[in-house]
Formats: sequence, C-alpha cells, structure tokens
Amino acid sequence: MQAGTPRLTGTGMTLAYDRRTVAEDLTVAVPDRSFTVVIGPNACGKSTLLRALARMLRPTTGAVLLDGADIHRRPARQVARTLGLLPQSSIAPDGITVAELVARGRYPHQGLLRQWSREDERVVEEAMTATGVADLADRAVDELSGGQRQRVWIAMTLAQQTPLLLLDEPTTYLDIAHQIEILDLCARLHEEQGRTLVAVLHDLNHAARYATHLIAMRDGRVVAAGPPAEVVTAERVEEVFGLPCRVIEDPETGTPLVVPAARRPAAHLAPEPA
Amino acid sequence: MTVLRTPGGFSLRFRPRALAVGAGCALLAAGLGVLAIAGGDYPMTPADVLRTLLGGGTPAEEFIIHELRLPRLVTALLVGAALALAGAVFQSLVRNPLGSPDMLGFTQGASTGALIVVVLGGGSLALSGAAVASGLATGLLVSLLTWRTGVHGYRLILVGIGITAILTGVNGYLLTRAPLMDAARAVLWLTGSLDGRGWTEALPLLIVLATLAPLVLLGCGPALRMLEMGDDTAAALGVPVRRLRMVLLGAAVLLVSFAAAAAGPVSFVALTAPHLARRLTRAPGPNLLPAMCVGATLLVGADLLAQRAFTGHQLPAGAITGAIGGAYLVWLLAAQRRAGRL
Repeated sequence: MQAGTPRLTGTGMTLAYDRRTVAEDLTVAVPDRSFTVVIGPNACGKSTLLRALARMLRPTTGAVLLDGADIHRRPARQVARTLGLLPQSSIAPDGITVAELVARGRYPHQGLLRQWSREDERVVEEAMTATGVADLADRAVDELSGGQRQRVWIAMTLAQQTPLLLLDEPTTYLDIAHQIEILDLCARLHEEQGRTLVAVLHDLNHAARYATHLIAMRDGRVVAAGPPAEVVTAERVEEVFGLPCRVIEDPETGTPLVVPAARRPAAHLAPEPA
Repeated sequence: MTVLRTPGGFSLRFRPRALAVGAGCALLAAGLGVLAIAGGDYPMTPADVLRTLLGGGTPAEEFIIHELRLPRLVTALLVGAALALAGAVFQSLVRNPLGSPDMLGFTQGASTGALIVVVLGGGSLALSGAAVASGLATGLLVSLLTWRTGVHGYRLILVGIGITAILTGVNGYLLTRAPLMDAARAVLWLTGSLDGRGWTEALPLLIVLATLAPLVLLGCGPALRMLEMGDDTAAALGVPVRRLRMVLLGAAVLLVSFAAAAAGPVSFVALTAPHLARRLTRAPGPNLLPAMCVGATLLVGADLLAQRAFTGHQLPAGAITGAIGGAYLVWLLAAQRRAGRL
C-alpha cells in the first residue's frame, strides 16, 4: 500500500528486558505518512515494540532502521530531530509553566550558544496553537486537568519538530471525551501536518476509527498488519484477544466497530490451552 | 526568561531572578567574608581588611590575612559551593528532594578512609588523601551495585541507604579502635570543621571545582534539566541518559570527596543549599549555579557563627550547619505535609 521503503522499520528483532524475552524475530514496517496504531492484549509486547522503535530499547538481535541506518548507531540528538516519543508517563517539574515545558521540546535543536532562537520561539507558539494550549501558556502545568496536561505534553513533542511521532498509550487515564479529543488532535496532526504517527492504543474501536494502518500483536508476534477494514474481523479479534464478538460498521465513520458478544459461553472462561 | 540575541545567530536565555539571587549571594558572602577575616584574636576593622587585601597592609596584617584567615575563608567558600553543587546534582539525579551525599553513603565513605588514617596514625595530608580515595571507592561501589539497571532513582537511594548503614557501623568500630587523643581529633573531623585550614586544603579543592563546575554546569546542565521529566522523556529528546548519569555521579562523588578531604563531612549543606536556591529563584530545574552561590554563602555564614556565637569557645562549622540544616529539614517536612505532598 505504500510506495518505496518506509523510513522506520524493525527487522528480525529479539526484544528482551534483562533475561526475559518479550518478542523474537519481530519484523514491522511503519508506512510513511500513516497513522499506524499497534493493538493487542496486555503484555503482548506492543509498548516494548514502541520502545525499540524509539531507540529506548536495543534489540538483542536484528535492528531498527531509521532512514536506512541503524537507529542505535546514530547519535541520540540527531535521532531526536527526526523521531519524537510521548512516553506513557512523564514528570512535570514542580511549578513549571506550560510555555516552559513546551519549550523543552526544543532541546535537540539547541546548543550552548544557541539557547533560544526566533525559530524556537515560533515553533513553540505553533505547537501550543496546534494543541489548543496557547491560552494556558503562563499557567502552571500541575494546575491543569488530565486532558489539558496531555495536550501540553503532545505540544512538547510537537515542538521537537519531528516528521515521525511515537505515542505510547496517549489516552490512558483520560475520560472518554478527552480520549476522543486527543485522538482527534492526533488525526489532525497526521492529516494537516503530514506527520507519520505511531500510537499504542488499548481501545480497539478507537484504533479502528483513527488508524490508517493497524498492527495487531499477540505474544510478541505480529498477527496481522494492514488497513483497519482488513485487520479488524470477528475471527481476528477472537484470535488476538480471545474475545468472541461481532464486527459491524461504525455508523459515524464506516470503519469496523467491535461489539463484544453478549454472554460468554462457559468454555471461554476456562484457562486457554497453551 | 530574558533572551539576548546577536546577529550571528547566537542566543542566550536566562532568568533575571536567578542572576539576581546569584549576585545577591555573592555580595552577602563577600560581606560575611570580610567580617570573618576582621574578627579573631587580632581584631581588625573591615576597612583594614579591605586595605590589606588590596595590598596596603602592614607585614603583620599581611601574614594574618594571607596565611591564616583568607585560606580558611576560601576553603569555606569552596567547600560550600562544591557540596551544594553535588547536592543539586544528586537531588536531580534521584528526583528526590532528600537525595544528598549524606543520605547516599558518599560522605560516610570519605569518613571511613579518614578514620583508617587516624587509627593507623598519619598526617593531615594522608588523611585528606584517604578521604578522597575512600569517597571515590564508595562511589565506584555504588555504581557497580546499580550498574545493571542504570543509576536509577530508587535503586540508588536504597543502595545508598544500605551502604550508609554499613559504613556508619565500620566508622563506629574504627573510632573505638583509635587511641583516645586521636579519637577526639577524629570526632572533630567527622563534625566538619574549618579550623586551621590553609592553602594546602584549599588548593586541591579549587582545582577540582574549577575543572568540574564548568563540566557540570555547561556540559551537563541543560541535559540534567531534561532528565527531570523522566528518563524516557529525556531520552526521547536526545539525552544520552545512561552516560549522563554516570558522568554526573562521578563528578558529584569527586566534589563531595574533595570537599570532605578539605573540611570533613560538613553536614546538610548539600541538602539545604539547592532547596534554598530553588525557593529564592522560584525556577524549576536543578538551579545549579544559584545553589553553588547559596552553598558558599551558607558555609561562610555558618563558620562565622561558629567562631563568634559563643565567646571564648569555638564550635566546628559542621555543628552549626547540622543545627540549621536539621531545623530546616523539619520545617520542610512539616511544610510539605501541610501542603499535602507527603
């Protein structure tokens, strides 16, 4: 579905923390200019995959290639100008204002003698406008609501000005309205600014609605990858999540909508065979 | 935030308030320093002091100031600045306001070496050398114990607390083995004192501080600010997190060890100075430079108080910083509790 070699790929990766192997021989490609969403049950390795793609975790075998070069052989700062990451949890320093926090996204572009250029100023203002936090610029981050705070963190990663943006469960801990607000924002960044987005999401229906490319994982393997209409089928959902369901058309968007089966037959409550 | 830009595309960003705090502390330290130099068994007026410092004193005044009182003042300034810088670095690295070399075992480590020299019987040079060596050894031990996971906040604190406990035991044992006279000298050293400190104590610390301060402030300062937001966020912004932590840990251990070698393990400066600096600047971030200025001022003030507060009876400066720092810690905990953050 995409032309040419994608900018971000992982090939033959073994991903492990200490001695615990999470995934073996994992190969993924992030289509350029896509909104790629990684889905899968808890502990399937989706966040680990994102960490590997973001240069946080070095694969024990295989490699992550960014623009054709091994991401771990490139300087961290140089990578940070191409690829941004919004981690699951970040800490807002005590008393920091929104504008100050967003400004920190400029770090990979700054130097000792180039601490705050006009370009930095302009990009930070644009990032705050794009995420709708410009009015909050002088407020302390600790005073904001969860949804506002998440928009501020996204603004910080936008200020990094990277064509590729990775988001690790950006909607966790938010109520439904704020989840949609954040996902709408992501869709806008993808469509209007042409950025390539990769997000890990928990909610299948959100994934099916917003993604242009889905990667479904289970037990450290990619089970399926492609457009949501092809990936999200009743059989696949049952295979990946062990959830019997029907897949209907989302009346709003026409994308697949997963409706869990009303009552599980007793067999599904029994432990699954290994 | 104020920004200065030059036509060549260079730009500097700073907080006027942080600069004012630094300048204010420097002025205060200078004032306290002149007072400290003026007093003593041979009293002088501040005017005499300034005249002598500018080269117009009598030979007696020259000797008293240049050989006796000035080196003590310089040692106080350097020790205060070094401890405060190390403290600010530790607090940022472990992301905990209580993270300080006193709590992480490095001061105890330096003390162990000094006590071994006391027990074996050695001069002050050997004592300083041993303090530095054992402080660094403790730093190395802590890095080895935290190596696998990277020098992380909680792990560093837990390993540090363990090492502190072990070394406190070792130090207590060493004290019981020392001859009585030497034990008394050792206890004075353990409190931290600037009494009788000369250029031999000041010079090594000056060299270390002059080397490490630019490295830490300019080389690591901006990255350390990113590290405040979490390791992942910092790494995503292009900070080589693991290397940064090792470099900063090494630098802070060196600073603490050399400061201890010069004046003994002066307590609470490393903990208190960065807090005070942050309160004064009201800026987020490690506040490294303001912390150094506050630390230097704090120790000069404490030493002045130690010399003058009780007529005819000099206290070690460490007793004053301990008393002030302890009270500050209690107040801090109470305030945090009231604010519902504890």
